[in-house]
Amino acid sequence: MFAYIVRRMLQSVIVLLVVGLVAFSMFRFVGDPIDNMLGQERTQADIDRLRTELGLDQPIPVQYYKFLKEAVQGNFGVSYRQGRPVSTIIAERAPATLELAFVSGFLAITMGIALGVFTAIRRQGVAANIIMTVSLIGVSLPTFLIGILLIYIFSVELDLLPSFGRGETVMIGNWSTGFLTTSGLKALILPAITLGLYQMTLIMRLVRSEMLEVLRADYVRFARARGLSDRVINFRHALKNTMVPVITITGLQLGSIIAFAIITETVFQWPGVGLLFINAIQFVDIPVMAAYLMLISVMFVSINLIVDLLYYAIDPRLRVDARAT
Amino acid sequence: MTDTIETPSAPTKSRFSKFWDGDFAWSFRHSPVAIIASLVVLVLVLSAVFAPLIAPYNPFDPASLNLMNGFTPPGTPNAFTQDTFLLGTDDQGRDVFSTILYGMRISLFVGVSAVLLAMIIGIVLGLVAAYFGGWIETLIMRVADVQLTFPAILVAMLIFGIAKGVTPPEYRNEMAIYVLIIAIALSDWVQFARVVRGAALVEKNKEYVQAARLIGRGSFPIMFRHILPNVLSPVLVIATISLALAIIAEATLSFLGVGAPPTQPSLGTLIRIGQGFLFSGEWWILFFPACTLLALALSVNLLGDWLRDALNPKLR
Repeated sequence: MFAYIVRRMLQSVIVLLVVGLVAFSMFRFVGDPIDNMLGQERTQADIDRLRTELGLDQPIPVQYYKFLKEAVQGNFGVSYRQGRPVSTIIAERAPATLELAFVSGFLAITMGIALGVFTAIRRQGVAANIIMTVSLIGVSLPTFLIGILLIYIFSVELDLLPSFGRGETVMIGNWSTGFLTTSGLKALILPAITLGLYQMTLIMRLVRSEMLEVLRADYVRFARARGLSDRVINFRHALKNTMVPVITITGLQLGSIIAFAIITETVFQWPGVGLLFINAIQFVDIPVMAAYLMLISVMFVSINLIVDLLYYAIDPRLRVDARAT
Repeated sequence: MTDTIETPSAPTKSRFSKFWDGDFAWSFRHSPVAIIASLVVLVLVLSAVFAPLIAPYNPFDPASLNLMNGFTPPGTPNAFTQDTFLLGTDDQGRDVFSTILYGMRISLFVGVSAVLLAMIIGIVLGLVAAYFGGWIETLIMRVADVQLTFPAILVAMLIFGIAKGVTPPEYRNEMAIYVLIIAIALSDWVQFARVVRGAALVEKNKEYVQAARLIGRGSFPIMFRHILPNVLSPVLVIATISLALAIIAEATLSFLGVGAPPTQPSLGTLIRIGQGFLFSGEWWILFFPACTLLALALSVNLLGDWLRDALNPKLR
């Protein structure tokens, strides 16, 4: 057990070091940092001074070490485009993305499980078949087209919901929230549906197939023979046993919600980290790109690590395997 | 893949009729979905290839543009010039039908090239990993595992961003298409490598490989002349499904403004342009490119699904 955890963590650290190296090379080799910081009127003395000041005259491994030391403390330098520290900009933008991700994740999990259970129990029903067909179309539609379609229906034609921005926000400490105002909540609806729809169909189909499997199991048949009510069988016995794979997949999907938020945020001009990243690519704002790269890698690597360790804790078969090798 | 073996004693039937009576063609003839999907793909691909011949206007030729024609609704004559356009015009008076044809050319070019490149990288790395094993295999498969934990679209965006930073500003627009191809290919090779490695691990211990080794053939001829043809059918399935994903990935990146430049608009770029006119009522600038993209992606996807079932003997 201990050896497994150590090996797995070591692996994660190596991945992060490699990603760090990519981010570092972006800084060091994509364009000349000196060029980016000094204006047109510069002397050789200025260049040399800044080179020593920034430590660019030192060997590459030393520079890399320094970069990592700064990065761990959340210091990624100053955005080329906005002229402000990257960490400040990201801290400003993070609440928007996290709120959006939280709401759509919640939507995806609750609706996904509910619809999955429904379509599994009423397998032959008309409603269940309609839901399955619609979900198939939902999977093949690209995210940005779903967003545009929703904007067209609810903003252009029906004029019910806003098509861009976050609405009014309230500051609680350093956290700007859209949960407390009507316009903030209204602005959240369309982006949250757009972002959550794909994950929802994924969870729904997974729950459905797991549920169908479990409903055929012997213990469910015995429960039926014992005369338990359908509700108790479906929710107490069957649903509980479908949850292990659902939890793992949902955990792994958490990361992709943040990644797909880039697309949703661009469609709805949602002022989050994803929109910041897209703008950074368009304007080649290296510090912002590097910071986002590091941030998202830390997130993905930790999610994977946690899911793997959880799996190890839940599934005893893995432990036997690990001991055998 | 046994049906492709040709015997020298000439069979009475022609190659084509042999193919037509084979399992593969039979399953195609009996699947309406596959027939319709392949017809749609065929029509779209042909009209993209012959775009300069079919398109009534050349949207990239400023001489053929008339700003007075801007925002002409589909099928109705323009108020000033009395010109009619099948699918209307955009803000600059460009014929939407023509821009779709040219846009589809770029979408298909990027999609097909990206999948081919990903396929080559994946096949080579997958075969090398399976054949040589050892630390090479560990290294390749570890990289693949790590990359798989990141969503492909995110990897493509990052590669695009880095490449954009490396190319000098004056070449950025020209290079954008090729950067896009490389970015999508590098985000997609893992699928191919994993499948090829899995299939090649089985093939490598078969007798024909041992025989080839016994008569002294080198590693690379064995890998590419002997093992490769026997692992190709799953690769074909993945390539088709990857093509649909690559077309959508390209459209998404271009839509986000990190793909094909406005000077060479793909379907995604056209949708990006059209989104700006959604509120003012000019729906056709967005609607027709979006429908084309959907038809293309959906039919390639359905074709891939059918191919997977047709080539998998276990499902028959």
